[in-house]
Amino acid sequence: MSSNLYDFSTLTSSIHEWLSGFMSAGWVVFTELVLIGLLFLLFFALLGLFLVYLERKVCAIMQNRVGPNRVGKWGLLQTIADLIKLLIKELIPIRKSDKFLFNLAPFIVIIASLMAMAALPFAKGLQAIDFNIGVFYIMAVSSLGVVGILLAGWASNSKYSIIGAMRSGAQIVSYELSVGLSLMAIVIFSGSMQLSTIIESQANGWWIFKGHIPAFIAFVVFLVASTAEINRGPFDLAEAESELTAGFHTEYSGIKFAFFFLAEYINMFIVAALAATIFLGGWMPFHIGSWEGFNHIMDFVPPIVWFFLKTFFIIYIIMWFKWTFPRLRIDQLLTLEWKYLLPISLVNIVFIAFLVLMGWHF
Amino acid sequence: MESQSLILFFLIALVLVGGAIVFSTLVAPKSFNLVKSEPYECGIPSEGPAWIQFNVGYYLFAIIYLIFDVETVFLFPWAVVMKQIGLRAFIEIIIFFAVLGLGLLYAWKKGALKWV
Repeated sequence: MSSNLYDFSTLTSSIHEWLSGFMSAGWVVFTELVLIGLLFLLFFALLGLFLVYLERKVCAIMQNRVGPNRVGKWGLLQTIADLIKLLIKELIPIRKSDKFLFNLAPFIVIIASLMAMAALPFAKGLQAIDFNIGVFYIMAVSSLGVVGILLAGWASNSKYSIIGAMRSGAQIVSYELSVGLSLMAIVIFSGSMQLSTIIESQANGWWIFKGHIPAFIAFVVFLVASTAEINRGPFDLAEAESELTAGFHTEYSGIKFAFFFLAEYINMFIVAALAATIFLGGWMPFHIGSWEGFNHIMDFVPPIVWFFLKTFFIIYIIMWFKWTFPRLRIDQLLTLEWKYLLPISLVNIVFIAFLVLMGWHF
Repeated sequence: MESQSLILFFLIALVLVGGAIVFSTLVAPKSFNLVKSEPYECGIPSEGPAWIQFNVGYYLFAIIYLIFDVETVFLFPWAVVMKQIGLRAFIEIIIFFAVLGLGLLYAWKKGALKWV
């Protein structure tokens, strides 16, 4: 009952009908596309700003500080002030750089993260594009960002940049394998790559609970590998400030630097949202077996709130990683992936295939 | 409808980045200085270009990655239909993984996974 109450497809279809009332079909499609575009643009910018604020607050809590608290209530406007400052800073041109590629790099990074975001299901019926190969699409598009990072490092013609970009390239492509294999675990369980179908298959329990231990292993592997894939936490070798100044974006200034920063945080959101969708049931509410009363209360929380609760829980874990673990060396990083995570996820896939074959999952 | 929306998202990103950069170049101060536009190297004059040959280690990992990534692409269709096909799919994937695992083991023993 309450699941119908929170279904966004009724809202979107009523908007569609309202627009069709006084427009021709072509204009309706156009208006809807513009609406979706504006909404995503707004969401993208606000989310980026909020995540930067959140990171600074979480970091402050971990280090027993207060964090930003001067601009606005609880420092909420701090990142907006930072953005304005970055907008009016000079864009310093680098004399010996490859101008075209240098300017192209921020575009590629942002395009990759925004296009990956297009397929995320925020709530029932609230999904811009519901691909039948959703999981695969997000993996493919979000990994395009590494092209931007490599271009940025190469085009700046600075030694720090190129070392950072090369490290980042080696790291992102390596960890992408484990990300893919751990997502595949759930694809085997649910028999579909469509994100909405995967969420529907978790109506009677999230895959992390239904899939026994292999699903949990896949979840942990996904968390570690995706933290490395977005150049964060203990794996931020590409921008290790103590050795490489700022890594691949050393030469970028002003708003161009801000875009690399923004893309990093948006990628963190995408990864966390994907983990929440695949392993933790997306916008499905938390249910415990046959406790009817408890389940009923949980149904009253809107799906979109569930989605953001789970996503921000995972974002918090990823931030926790960053502020508690020391940075790895590049050889340790590659050893972790190729000698531990990859064999573990390969064996895990066979194990899951066996479970599904025997029908031993719920 | 789906492919049009993808073009839309591409355009949003273009507008977002392009608009911000254009706005910034309009309002931000500009001053040219030969020393300022040097690539950063801790404040000392930069020594030669950065476009030089670099460690072959990165290259080796990229090649091994290529093999495994293509394998992941092959595995996804299998993962979707695994439930329906059942035993035959399971046996086939074990053979597939045995070949793949041998490849990984070979690279490991050859020392390709060691950072030098």
